[in-house]
Amino acid sequence: MHGLIFRTIEAYVTEGFGADRWQAGLARADVDVLTFEAMFDYDDAYLPKVLEGCAAVLDRSVSSLLEDVGTYLITQQNHASVRRLMRFGGDSFVELLHALDDLPGRTRLAVSGLNLPQMTVREHTPLSFVIYCDGPPIGFGHVLVGLLRAMADDYGALALVDHRGFRDGAEVIEASVIDTSFAADRGFSLATSGTGEGT
Amino acid sequence: MISVSELLSVLRPLHLCIGKTGHITQVGRGFDKLGQRDLTGRRFLEMFEILRPSQPRNMAETLDLAGQVLRLRLRSEPDILLRGLVIADQQGGAIVDLSFGIAVVDAVQRFGLTAKDFAASDLAVELLFLQEAKSSAMSASFSLNARLNGARLAAEAEALTDGLTGLHNRRALDGALSQLSKTRTDFAVLHIDLDKFKQVNDTLGHAVGDALLKQAASVMRRCTRQDDLLVRAGGDEFVIICPGLVDELRLSELSQTLIKGLSAPITVDATEVAIGASVGVATSTPSTQHDAAHIIERADIALYAAKRSGRGRHVIWTPALGTRLNDLDIPHVSSR
Repeated sequence: MHGLIFRTIEAYVTEGFGADRWQAGLARADVDVLTFEAMFDYDDAYLPKVLEGCAAVLDRSVSSLLEDVGTYLITQQNHASVRRLMRFGGDSFVELLHALDDLPGRTRLAVSGLNLPQMTVREHTPLSFVIYCDGPPIGFGHVLVGLLRAMADDYGALALVDHRGFRDGAEVIEASVIDTSFAADRGFSLATSGTGEGT
Repeated sequence: MISVSELLSVLRPLHLCIGKTGHITQVGRGFDKLGQRDLTGRRFLEMFEILRPSQPRNMAETLDLAGQVLRLRLRSEPDILLRGLVIADQQGGAIVDLSFGIAVVDAVQRFGLTAKDFAASDLAVELLFLQEAKSSAMSASFSLNARLNGARLAAEAEALTDGLTGLHNRRALDGALSQLSKTRTDFAVLHIDLDKFKQVNDTLGHAVGDALLKQAASVMRRCTRQDDLLVRAGGDEFVIICPGLVDELRLSELSQTLIKGLSAPITVDATEVAIGASVGVATSTPSTQHDAAHIIERADIALYAAKRSGRGRHVIWTPALGTRLNDLDIPHVSSR
């Protein structure tokens, strides 16, 4: 499994709760690693161990931990590249939702070997979406929930995003867009040094 | 049926229609962003410079390029190279369709283009996505490589260092000798043996022994030059390599300074301990041809000779000592 996944969890726990919490989580996870490298391949079996270890140390559920990781990826300034890569998906939050089918492909283009579940998006009634995440890593749906909530804020949209468990082996996420221009859009310029993007 | 000019406007943000006089009659919406709001009515070749495959001077020559891929630029934006295609409109005029090609990354920066400035089917935005993703991944890779390289250098340094004294080890000695031999540098070898060390180590314990070895290392560091290589060759044996130093008088002085420093008593755990040292010296000479094994062996012989003549002495190898350890009076030596 791609090191970026582990590195993200490590960065989230270390920055949010301190290096000692991360070390305690790793000790509980009983994995033979002190720090994860982003550009490195790790045993798939580490992921549930690390997540459960960290969740136990932080006294919360794995799913809420994963949701926070998703939000953290978008909102932290040092991960601005993830936010930008998501914004390439569309000009509005609704366009971004429609582009989620492309997300695993885009991610693979960005970092080959970083495999995400296949996503299928359905707009059952206008502005009401169901997203299916099928395949490993299991639990990515929770990350996606946190990620989409943060992206809705980024676009200035008001949306309710929730994980609805599993259906036919796939994680189910519901997203209802209530207001597409609820707040100011933080802006996005194709140029990397472009102005007009909020901080 | 939609008209050709409407079709072009919808599909091709960077197109131009040129009349038979060579004047621009219609432009795509994309040129606004390039700071070209008033292209209509201007002469095409005055606004654009065609670089390849040839440089047409008039409308007829421009039409001759129909069907070929053009490299051209706006005369007002010479840094942004465009790609284009000319099609004859069959009424004496031409249609020119342009794109940024690989210059799209620069163009986006320069003109603040957005996704709407490209045709919906254009892959330009995907190209920008890839370019940005690649840069992020590359910088992560570079930082990993930098960390791995740091770890490698540390491991290499560790592999060449004696853990107790921080001096170099035998492996470092071999590397340095082969380097000296390759570069044909003259050098001296000082082989040092601590007198009475074994006795102190056995009676007062390893902790005292270790303290003595560390102290000996610091004496050697103090007495030698920056370029000299200090090696703990094992147990209480040390080797110092002095590149470029073959003067016997100076080597004698250095040996005496070392012996004096190493013989000074030190206090370990409130116990005063004194040891001593013997030194054997050999230098590279034209006859040894910088052959390290020979010179090391001569320093060995000189050391045994020094020990045999009583402790706390140094001997510089001379041909009289012979070139084989077996030539010496070994029983005498082993009584140290």
